[in-house]
Amino acid sequence: MSSSFTPTDLEVHIPRLRRYARALTGNRDAAEDLTQDTLERAWTKRALWHVGAGDPAGSLRAWLFAVMHNVFVNTVRRMKTTESLDVAGDSAAEMVATNASAETGAVVHDIQQALRRLPDDQREVILLVGLEQLSYAEAGFALEVPIGTVMSRLSRGRERLRQLLDENGAQGSIANGPSTLRRVK
Amino acid sequence: MKTAIQENDIHAFVDGAIPAQERERFEALLRDDAAASERVRAYVAQNDALHAAFDGVLTEPHTLRLPDARMSIWQRWHGGPLRLAAALALGVAIGFIARDQFATRQMPRASLAQQAALAHVAYVPEVRHPVEVAAQEEQHLVAWLSKRLAAPLRAPRLDASGYRLLGGRLLPATGGLGDAPVALLMYESAKGKRLSLLVRREAANKDTAFRFAQEGDTRVFYWIDGPFGYALAGDIERDELSRLSRVVYQQLNP
Repeated sequence: MSSSFTPTDLEVHIPRLRRYARALTGNRDAAEDLTQDTLERAWTKRALWHVGAGDPAGSLRAWLFAVMHNVFVNTVRRMKTTESLDVAGDSAAEMVATNASAETGAVVHDIQQALRRLPDDQREVILLVGLEQLSYAEAGFALEVPIGTVMSRLSRGRERLRQLLDENGAQGSIANGPSTLRRVK
Repeated sequence: MKTAIQENDIHAFVDGAIPAQERERFEALLRDDAAASERVRAYVAQNDALHAAFDGVLTEPHTLRLPDARMSIWQRWHGGPLRLAAALALGVAIGFIARDQFATRQMPRASLAQQAALAHVAYVPEVRHPVEVAAQEEQHLVAWLSKRLAAPLRAPRLDASGYRLLGGRLLPATGGLGDAPVALLMYESAKGKRLSLLVRREAANKDTAFRFAQEGDTRVFYWIDGPFGYALAGDIERDELSRLSRVVYQQLNP
């Protein structure tokens, strides 16, 4: 079945692509570049997309995450990740600014720090499933891996993230325990 | 000791991928497995933290450009002068033909309707985090949003029309009046269809009639009434959305 999409169809997906890119790269500029490149590439390669093109949900959204994954692998990952580590403080402070409480701020800071220390493949799965709420099948589609691989990366990644957050907590951060996770004040 | 809890089940539970009828059975198993329930708690907290950290990005202003057909063809042709000339000619021809369809679109400051459509698309698919404050805390919700908008806000009831209030959230100010924040109330039908009502301060303070806009499948009715601009967005038929908009309007102007 052939079908197509217009630039306007892409537009509605921009907020989520930006969110994923920001969490994936941990850097505002890199994330905007990644999203822009993804939009361009999706448009250039639009002939490859059709409803149900191997995408379990048949949706444009999972396909766009697949495009973003490829752009990420081909470009951003080539840059040394240490580069984005340098600006960790900046972007964390920046994002906290939109949130109200200090408790939330600490949670936000800790998760951003911990994410950076995860291997790319685990970070991708955790974000696609936990943040973007893709199904396991969609995440596998986006990352071009079988579901079994999605599950094992998810399992290892979440456990690693838990250790990282616990270490942080042991170092005196208050961002530990469910009571600090209330996002509403 | 043998445990009946499988590794994959822990994740499926955390991610809401376990069928509803099996959740209870799994919760019972969890009660007897301290290690597994600790992991569930930690993973749920991770997801919450990810949303707290990155949801703000959804509604940030940005300067991304939508793809432009002329641009991409131009970029693909880089070679000798002949190819350049050919590319130029082709580019001009295509640009001319496709001018309307593919004109470069710089994201403008979001209009009321656009902002509503984008917020709707961004938040409605959220399974676990569509709202910051749930409707159960309605008094708190209304007081909180009113305080942030610096004017008394009311949450219209759409129960009689089959939509119950889920709750609300605050969006970062983008295109509203000055730095005034923007409130988003969300409603859900029994079938899980969601509507979002965006409320933001308007500078003009000039009442307007209902206006209609459509962005993809998302339809929006919007109007300005007193200090506020309202936009009701949903992926439903125009007539139905129009009717609901009138219900909202009447409730706000009793």
